[in-house]
Amino acid sequence: MARDVLLESVPDLRADLDRESMAAADVRTEEMLVNMGPQHPSTHGVLRLVLRTDGELVLDAVPHIGYLHRCAEKIGENLAPYQFIPKTDRLDYLAAMNNNHVFSLAVERLAGVEVPERARYIRIIMAELNRIASHLVSFGTYGLDMGAFTPFLYAFREREMILDLFEAACGARLTYSYITIGGVTHDLPDGFVERCREFLDYFEPKIDEYNRLLSYNQIFIKRTGCVGVIRPDEAIAWGLTGVCLRASGVRWDLRRCLPYEIYDRFEFEVPVGLPPGGVPPVPAGVPAPKVPAGTCVGDCWNRYFLRMIEMYWSVAIVRQALDGLPAGDYRSKVPRNLKLPEGEVYFEGENPRGQLGFLIVGDGSPIPYRVKARGPSFCNLSIARRICRNCLLADIPAIIGSIDVVMGEVDR
Amino acid sequence: MQAIRGEDILKPRWDPALRSRALRAVCRGCLGALAGAAAGAAVARLGLRGHPVAVLLLVVVPLGLAALAAVAGGLIVLAGPIGRALRRFAAPVFWGAVIASVLLIWGVAELMGFVGELARVDPVPEAVTAFGGPLTTGELRESLRGPGRFVLLSGLLWPLQFGVVRDLVVVAGVVAFVSVFAMFAIWWERKVSARIQSRLGPMRVGGWHGWAQSLADGIKLLGKEDLIPAGADRPLFCLAPYLAFVPALCGFIALPFGAYWVFRNLDVGLVFVLAMVGVEVIGVILGGWASNNKWSLYGAMREACQMVSYEIPMGMALLVVVTAAGTLNLTEIGELQKSGWASWLAFRNPFTFVACFLYFVAALASCKRAPFDLPEAESELVAGFMTEYSGFRWCLFFFAEYAAMFIVSGLATTLFLGAWYSPLPVRWGAVLAEGGLLSRAVHGLVFCGPLWFVAKCILLIYVQMWIRWTLPRVRIDQVLYACVQVLLPLTMLALLGQSLWELLVPRGSALGLAANAITSAIGAVLVMGAVGAAAYGRMNRRRLVGSLAVEHLPGA
Repeated sequence: MARDVLLESVPDLRADLDRESMAAADVRTEEMLVNMGPQHPSTHGVLRLVLRTDGELVLDAVPHIGYLHRCAEKIGENLAPYQFIPKTDRLDYLAAMNNNHVFSLAVERLAGVEVPERARYIRIIMAELNRIASHLVSFGTYGLDMGAFTPFLYAFREREMILDLFEAACGARLTYSYITIGGVTHDLPDGFVERCREFLDYFEPKIDEYNRLLSYNQIFIKRTGCVGVIRPDEAIAWGLTGVCLRASGVRWDLRRCLPYEIYDRFEFEVPVGLPPGGVPPVPAGVPAPKVPAGTCVGDCWNRYFLRMIEMYWSVAIVRQALDGLPAGDYRSKVPRNLKLPEGEVYFEGENPRGQLGFLIVGDGSPIPYRVKARGPSFCNLSIARRICRNCLLADIPAIIGSIDVVMGEVDR
Repeated sequence: MQAIRGEDILKPRWDPALRSRALRAVCRGCLGALAGAAAGAAVARLGLRGHPVAVLLLVVVPLGLAALAAVAGGLIVLAGPIGRALRRFAAPVFWGAVIASVLLIWGVAELMGFVGELARVDPVPEAVTAFGGPLTTGELRESLRGPGRFVLLSGLLWPLQFGVVRDLVVVAGVVAFVSVFAMFAIWWERKVSARIQSRLGPMRVGGWHGWAQSLADGIKLLGKEDLIPAGADRPLFCLAPYLAFVPALCGFIALPFGAYWVFRNLDVGLVFVLAMVGVEVIGVILGGWASNNKWSLYGAMREACQMVSYEIPMGMALLVVVTAAGTLNLTEIGELQKSGWASWLAFRNPFTFVACFLYFVAALASCKRAPFDLPEAESELVAGFMTEYSGFRWCLFFFAEYAAMFIVSGLATTLFLGAWYSPLPVRWGAVLAEGGLLSRAVHGLVFCGPLWFVAKCILLIYVQMWIRWTLPRVRIDQVLYACVQVLLPLTMLALLGQSLWELLVPRGSALGLAANAITSAIGAVLVMGAVGAAAYGRMNRRRLVGSLAVEHLPGA
């Protein structure tokens, strides 16, 4: 069934040409359908790709999703928003803070809840720290996809330190449910600011170390440069967001373009994919990175590299937020059975993987009538089939890894 | 029935019932073997009139089995105290095991030499042929010309008079060396990668830095279910691991560990070893094909593809040295490099120097080591040709990989890096070589000997590990490009240059000496630079790793 759909849907001239030339030589060749996933080391969870291959050449790759579907949105129609927060943790489980944040902001916008100033700063600190943690996982697993094992462990060593900070703040290391409606669940613990600063001072030079270890490695550039190129118009047409969009040269970051929360108070740049020789903006005092030869705008290398640059800027934002952290309440008084007014709100925030949106429809009761999530991984994954065509088998992990999907968010 | 796990060796957790049952079984086996030996003795004496071969088969073999059973029984009884002692004195036991292995190899070599002397002193033509004439213990004792206390010794040595038996003993030694080395290398690779990745690696099994981890893993693998996929080609599937492992083992036949430490000193030793390394690939391809798994097939095809591209530059890089040495005999090539650092063939002239590096790159590809580990590329092909293998068959592929690593490193050592000689000219130690046992041992340690050979091989293997844990993997088209379009022309140029050099630059001319001096100096600078950088990193590691990761440093 899948094979028929697959073969019919993609008219491929190359295969026809091959068949004609091979028929002349009286040699029988066959295309091979390979199931990559849902259990495969480099599909980052339970993504399943059906590859139509001609030797090492992949003629077509069809993603199949749904192995991690947990009815998150339907559950949202049966729970009060504060009960749904732990479910948002499990969407993009590598960026739970950001999910909590966007969902809380959407509910607050619908119900008109005010958030104290201190809570807003804490939210920014947590969201950006989690962005770093998420990008670290992406960086590490991407190295793993490319066959370099060591960056993975370095990335996880650093991520553990961020998780330690989160654990100190809320007691959890993966599913935090820390940012909640009206603020955050607990105030920052004693010494958090100092520990956080110590981490930032330690971490910032490490990014350059990673760049020297992996980003500028010639083999790595050869593997990822000009592979899986997405043109800017394609990126927009396919609804890509986040790093995948910016790597194609489109300067679009919700934190800067439609500032939410208090992002307009911080100074940061939005790096985009650059041609070879380009110098992406980085905070003062860090070694200037340079886009090497052999890459092009919108390729895997640029998508990967933007995450490294974004980590610099997240560090800068956290530093500014720590400097400006005011005293005061960490949460406003929100009634337990917060009644959601009639009407609907759609709110998007910039997650590590792109724009996470929540549509919440209220009907006057504490339980929303409808909750819908727009997962960035889901939309970004949609272009996989477009760019996995006519590449080599080894390029598939490179492309899928650079799109950086989290299946929990794709399937929800 | 309780399953026996790998850690039971060191941490016995047998319940008394199981233990007594095992003990009873072993005792029964022991008694049965003894009875068999007695019956065999009677049969041999009465029926076959004490023919030596009959004695060997009917008496010595059952006695050996009985001894094995007795040892097993002793281990079962003493498992607790042994395990406690191992845990308590882990480091001494580890180093003791290392020293004992070295001494054992030395002892076997001495024994072989002794028996060889015997055969020469009192030549019995029939005795040298396989199971030839009836050489009795009495004659052997006479040949020892000793009093009665040699009876036992000559009795034990009796089977060694046959060349086949001697060869079998040495082959057993080679197999043991390869197995022990592979287990050591697997453990060591885990420790090296752990150091590179700021981890600790194995720390528990055996106590001292988890030195018995490979042992426990091996026993775990033996206990695993031996799966053969339903659609697999059963005979080929079962054959493939041996086709990979046996050639790797055969490579050791011609690999010289020292001037006299070579099993068969072949005139075409280099070709033989290269052929064995090449044959190993068949096992991999066969395994990938027979698995009936698409990922395995990809792995096998990649291996085939990779092989046709790296074999030629590899062979040509070695040809450069062959033209310099003028022989294919590995022992003779080794002997050329006895005059210290500058006489090593890698430093003979610029072309051999370049060929050394070219060979190493091609050798990485031949060992399927990163960055050329495409046949088993984990993130692309799950496990490549090994996807469907489990248990002991998988273990054999692993052993073959580490044996091949040793062989290609051994070739590099023999052909480029001074074989079994130290960087000091061997003539400086001429006095020591003439002296007694102790001074000869010092000579072996300082100037030449198998230890130098093994040490150089291990150093090269360390470089392979270092590369593996640092670099990403290349793509298949890039492997082909690198091997065919970069390595091949470069090795051709090196071969051409080397031939012209041999023609135009006479030995001992000023140009030759200057080139030799420059390349030796570059080599020395490279080695010292690596050592210096490592020392700098080691001394400043707390600063380099950063404030927060200090606790992640090994040993912190």
